[in-house]
Amino acid sequence: MISLERRSGGPSALMGLLSPVIAIGLTVLSGAVIFAILGMDVANALSIYFLSPFLDGYSRSELVVKAVPLALIGAGLAVSFRANVWNIGAAGQYTLGAIAGGWVALSFPDATSAFWLIPFLVAGIFGGMAWAAIPALLRTRFNSNEILVSLMLTYVAALLLDWLVRGPWRDPLGFGFPQSRDFAEAFLMPLLTPPDRLHAGVFVALVAAMALTVMMGRTIKGFEIAVIGAAPRAGVFGGFNQSRVTWFVLLLSGGLAGLAGAIEVSATVRQLQPDIAAGYGFTAIIVAFLGRLNPAGALLGALILAVSYIGGENAQILLKLPKNVAYVFQGLLLFFLLSCDTLIRYRLRLARAT
Amino acid sequence: MEAFLIALLIAATPLLLAATGELVAERSGVLNLGVEGMMLMGAVSAFAVAFSTGSHTLAILAGAGAGLIMAALFAFIALFCLANQMATGLALTIFGIGLSGLVGQDFVGQPIDRLAQLQVETTAIGRVLLSHDVLVYFSFMALIGTYVFLNHTRAGLMLRAVGDNHTAGHALGLQVRMIRTLAVLFGGLMAGLGGAYLSLAYTPLWGEEMTAGRGWIALALVVFATWQPIRLLFGAWLFAAVTQLQFYGQDWGIALPSQFLAMAPYLATIIALVIISQAPSRSRSVTPAEIGRSFRAER
Repeated sequence: MISLERRSGGPSALMGLLSPVIAIGLTVLSGAVIFAILGMDVANALSIYFLSPFLDGYSRSELVVKAVPLALIGAGLAVSFRANVWNIGAAGQYTLGAIAGGWVALSFPDATSAFWLIPFLVAGIFGGMAWAAIPALLRTRFNSNEILVSLMLTYVAALLLDWLVRGPWRDPLGFGFPQSRDFAEAFLMPLLTPPDRLHAGVFVALVAAMALTVMMGRTIKGFEIAVIGAAPRAGVFGGFNQSRVTWFVLLLSGGLAGLAGAIEVSATVRQLQPDIAAGYGFTAIIVAFLGRLNPAGALLGALILAVSYIGGENAQILLKLPKNVAYVFQGLLLFFLLSCDTLIRYRLRLARAT
Repeated sequence: MEAFLIALLIAATPLLLAATGELVAERSGVLNLGVEGMMLMGAVSAFAVAFSTGSHTLAILAGAGAGLIMAALFAFIALFCLANQMATGLALTIFGIGLSGLVGQDFVGQPIDRLAQLQVETTAIGRVLLSHDVLVYFSFMALIGTYVFLNHTRAGLMLRAVGDNHTAGHALGLQVRMIRTLAVLFGGLMAGLGGAYLSLAYTPLWGEEMTAGRGWIALALVVFATWQPIRLLFGAWLFAAVTQLQFYGQDWGIALPSQFLAMAPYLATIIALVIISQAPSRSRSVTPAEIGRSFRAER
């Protein structure tokens, strides 16, 4: 009989870093099992799914493009989860960021100066913050569960975007497709290595993750967030304010999700479409956990999760796999990660029958 | 009106089934956010079996079994590996969305026969109450059974005890982990049935993510019902009525775009959560005290 025994020397720092590595290994291994069940050439399928995203310049650039919104959202969620505030509606805040940015872009179709990117991105941040302010208000004022409120708002945001691109904002020359007009050139993120889609949003994600890492490690605000999350009563006795932290982390993670939405529509689709969120809200949760709830770690986590999308797209084309396989791998990765994390605080012991 | 009431009872059934299961799990102190994933697996498994064998009995069993297996996965990670319950539940939902899409890819757009309904020619009231399929009546029986179990049996008392204070329960000799595992498995079985109802009866079709957030609404219903089984019934009817808005709204002359009518159940969920949590002293005292907390017997 195997049992768990609490580690005598406190949590294992080594296991904290090893756990994501083991979890990724187990996910690839279960990928082999899944491909075998589907009757595929396992080696070929594995190499297409997990290796092909790294093999050529175009794929590598796509990998980073995919990682940008995931890193921005994931870094914000890492801070929010540290405060024990469960914002799982980032997809809604992302959508509102895209809508708010899109509103600016569509209002100024003749804009030419690159200066216009600034109000565009700021609008995205405010859009995400406004959407996140709803669960923040209801949580602090009425004690309503932020998990369910933020998640419900995801569906509302998706329907709002759907209405906009089929109704008032539909491109009159779009042959009836549900999409807005194209944004003016001024609202497009500068490309770094054209014709690849690698864009300046990478720097935004890097700066945001680094700034949040400094905030969590070196400032009173970061300490307040960590204390309120780990021991709310001790934090309140110490003079910290739980409502203020809830507001702060929801506005922060919502603002970053909104920024991610604005950047994404500006850099990749260059217009508004109904299905821009692509499950990023849930994927970014895994990014945050894989990055050990550390904003800088979210950068690495985002790159790894980006593999599941880019590999998934390649597998969709070359292996005729449905796109949902990406979510199977993402779910498995989080399962393995959570199970391996047990070994941070506990060790396995073979118990003798007594 | 008659058609509306019949449709309302049907729309309430998947919510009622899933919420009844989740209520039992939460009363034992476990918060499983994977209801949406378990419902999706129930829906696709039931549809696949109904399509392949033509047997609705086997299909219902498959739906329940799929939910049960998903719940076992949750129980292993959250209760045996002591992982964070919130994160584990989210993983279950993500996994369920993906796996159900993968399993169901060949079934999209395929037709099956709807689950058979009673055909009784009586009065209007009789038709509202007696024109349903087996799962509708099962959902009522399960609800009453859950009420009796929780409030009037020794096993129900044990389940509530570990949900309210697992340390005291353990000290009294209760098998905390075993009780919680069984409660979570029951939750999975019921969520699987809720999903099966969607793909066998509500819309006898399979579509990706066809639950459309009903798993999350079921979670909200449990809060709304303040963890009391019978109140689930009124919550489920209320939400079903709001859902029907999108189909009846146009007929009733509500001139709103369809997207705004489709928002109604989600907005109603938020409003209901606000109203119910407005009375903090009342709702806090009825929340199972240990909800979401891991337990490991130290000795």
